[in-house]
Amino acid sequence: MSQHYPALLVIVPLLSALLISIVGWLNKRFCFPIAVAALSVSLYSSVGLLLRVMDEKVILYFLGGWDPPWGIAYSVDHLSALVLVVVSVVALLNLIATQKSVEQEFSEKIGAFYTLYLLLITGLLGIVVTGDAFNLYVLLEITALTGYGLIAMGEDRAPLASLNYVYMGTIGACFYLLGIGYLYISTGSLNMTNISSILPGLYDSKVVLAAFIICIVGVFLKMAFFPLHAWLPNAYTYAPSAVSSLVAPLMTKVMIYVMIRLMLTVFTPAFTFSNLALSNSVVWLAVIAISMGAVLALGARDMKKMLCYVVIAEVGYMVGGAWLGNRAGMTGAILHIANDALMTLCVFLAVGNIVYKVRGYAFEDLKGMFRKMPYTMTGLVAGALSMIGVPPTCGFFSKWYLISGGIQAGQYGFVAALVFSSLINAVLFFRIIEIGYYEPFGADHGHGSSPVRMAEAPLTMVVPLLIVAGGLVMMGVYTGDIITHIIEPIIPPAIGN
Amino acid sequence: MVILTGALLIYAMGDFPSWADPASPAHNHVSPRYIEKSLEQTSVPNIVTAVLADYRGYDTMFETTVVFAAGVVCFFLLRIPRKDEPTVRRYRHTLTGMTIRVKETRQIPPVLEEFERIDTLWAPHDLIIKTCCRILVPFLQLFGLYVIAHGHHSPGGGFQGGVILGASMILLAISHDLRTAIGRMSERVHAILCPVGVFIYAGTGALCMVLGLNFLDYGALAGILHVDPVTARSHGILIVEIGVGLAVMATMIWIYNNISSKGKYDEGL
Amino acid sequence: MPDLITSIVDYYNYLIYVILMMIGLYAMIAKKNLVKKIVGMNIFQTAIILFYVSIGAKKGATIPIIQHGHGEGAHEIVPSVIEAAEYINPLPHVLMLTAIVVAVATLGVALALAIKVYNRYETLEEDEILAQIRET
Repeated sequence: MSQHYPALLVIVPLLSALLISIVGWLNKRFCFPIAVAALSVSLYSSVGLLLRVMDEKVILYFLGGWDPPWGIAYSVDHLSALVLVVVSVVALLNLIATQKSVEQEFSEKIGAFYTLYLLLITGLLGIVVTGDAFNLYVLLEITALTGYGLIAMGEDRAPLASLNYVYMGTIGACFYLLGIGYLYISTGSLNMTNISSILPGLYDSKVVLAAFIICIVGVFLKMAFFPLHAWLPNAYTYAPSAVSSLVAPLMTKVMIYVMIRLMLTVFTPAFTFSNLALSNSVVWLAVIAISMGAVLALGARDMKKMLCYVVIAEVGYMVGGAWLGNRAGMTGAILHIANDALMTLCVFLAVGNIVYKVRGYAFEDLKGMFRKMPYTMTGLVAGALSMIGVPPTCGFFSKWYLISGGIQAGQYGFVAALVFSSLINAVLFFRIIEIGYYEPFGADHGHGSSPVRMAEAPLTMVVPLLIVAGGLVMMGVYTGDIITHIIEPIIPPAIGN
Repeated sequence: MVILTGALLIYAMGDFPSWADPASPAHNHVSPRYIEKSLEQTSVPNIVTAVLADYRGYDTMFETTVVFAAGVVCFFLLRIPRKDEPTVRRYRHTLTGMTIRVKETRQIPPVLEEFERIDTLWAPHDLIIKTCCRILVPFLQLFGLYVIAHGHHSPGGGFQGGVILGASMILLAISHDLRTAIGRMSERVHAILCPVGVFIYAGTGALCMVLGLNFLDYGALAGILHVDPVTARSHGILIVEIGVGLAVMATMIWIYNNISSKGKYDEGL
Repeated sequence: MPDLITSIVDYYNYLIYVILMMIGLYAMIAKKNLVKKIVGMNIFQTAIILFYVSIGAKKGATIPIIQHGHGEGAHEIVPSVIEAAEYINPLPHVLMLTAIVVAVATLGVALALAIKVYNRYETLEEDEILAQIRET
């Protein structure tokens, strides 16, 4: 059975989504256990794949029994395995943590919600595993469609935010499809490794350059990289809290994985970094993205919008790091994919807990949170420290690699932007911690301060949060191992130092 | 900004091979083997169907899932649960023109044709259109089934046939009213039929996996169906096309129902 | 100048799809009505589908269904040698079947979202919606 892991990984959530959709019409209580079982199987398969990939370099799985490029092939290497594990872990933890709030918000349509949830995860896992360019487009569209639907069930402004996301997401996916078409017209193949073996003879053709630019622009649209980020703050703020803690960590990171896959595997680094004008302009765009994300986060009026702008800044870190063109930068970017997914999950889960108890997420709702919900706030503090970049949390290490990569490449603007945004993150999160800590709830009514009782969120919401917070610290401690065993083999030696 | 993008695309055109050139790389690498070998490997003359359902069958499975996901999203977004529906309904007796108000969620069963509901959006029914469409619908469905089954030999296949089948039910809904169509094929039926269709597809793939070969390798079905592997591929393609047709039909009807009635399922266009 | 004319005539199928795509993109960006934006999105996707299909054409080739006659029983009469140059490229058609279905699904979802927006704001013009949002 273990040679079927790549297929199991994607098929089990898909089949369970169908099962939940049928069962949801008959009996609503079985939806959640089926979902948990499916995601556990995926997690097990992805961990198994990671362990196998560390022995053999690349795992290939031919679907339908046809060899590539005539059939579709899955190719799992270190990068894919890492992102697979991250996606499965985040999805499973989020599922368990948000069960209560989902029951509260969607009590009638729970079957449909879990169906869409599992379809989203199927799409994300499939994007990471596939080795075929057109298959990636189809999976991208599954992810996008289910994402649109899930986001639109939020509060007041959610449908409009989701509609804007529809427009920009569709343009992005269509640009990607167009780029694949240009590649097909010049190489005749759709398999990623096959394309990369045909391409070196064609590097000076204009079609290939145009294909590269169009594909990358399409992926930038989907990951909300400046200046194409306008859809993200509204979409993630007004989504239901169960949904924003799912899509915020995952969607943008998987798009960054797609970008790195395009840069490293399809268009080999010899081509990607040969055009200096392109790399430099992307790094400068990343600098603007980081600074702008940080500044706009300062001006945000509620927690979720502030966190969305922090996410935009994090995307800027990863894109800039990947385009720096040296080993340290690429290492930092890949490490940051895993770290940032966990950090974002941590803070969004904490906000979700707060929303569940208090029904609001403006800054004023945080007063006295440290007395009322200590465990949640511990998780929030851990996530905040990681975002600022304090050792020994993992955020510090990825920032370290990004900064050293920036210094090596001579992009001092990038380094300055990183330091600037770390400072601003510190300001943002200390502001939140101060509001939560120093203003006792109800004391300003002047009737004498009644002792504040702990009104913590239920256990299923707190335990995953603490697991993630602990994971942040553990990832930081084990960073050295992760880099030597998993990330180093990914980066081909063609990238100069 | 639009002009900039257009300029970029036109610039890139410079290196394209000219139109309909048989020697361009797109034609020479992968496709010749599809064209030359697909008949002997899958015994299906329609190369497009062979590629769609066998060589690249995985893509098609996810495409069916996309269709299913769109149906679920439309349901998820728009459907108003039944207990939120208004509790007061008004009926009018056609013969005498008298109106009745019926309260407390009791309703006059629709078999009593003298009473028509006038509280919801109501359009008069034209007798000619009703009769013509009633005659047409079975032929449409027959043609849809023909298109699905003949995907092997002529242009057609699961998606096309599924859309025609779905259109037949939507024609019923347009010409009569939505409640008649829902009476023929209730919401629960087509909401369950949709995942069943995708399940047939994915289930066939999983069956092949259980029988030992890779996912969606139809050769594994040869043991069950007692034919040689090449014909087993042809049968496998037919099975998945049926699954696709079912799923597409159910989703088309589902999306139409949800959008045209804004989720209330009481009256459509 | 004759160079320009020959290049336009040679590549006119590609020019058509570029113009169509620009129309769609312009509609999505510049128009204020939500439904017009959705229509622009559909035009944009259709242009890409047209591009792919035009890749697959070959001079003098027929549709990719292997010409066969129907013999008795289960045997069909097929030509002994199947030449690749006689049939057009099936792969773009396959890819575009998928792309068309995806475009239709996206259209359905976008329309459902537009209905939800209309239920909430009673209008489909973007500036009126933004004005309503600013008031609350």
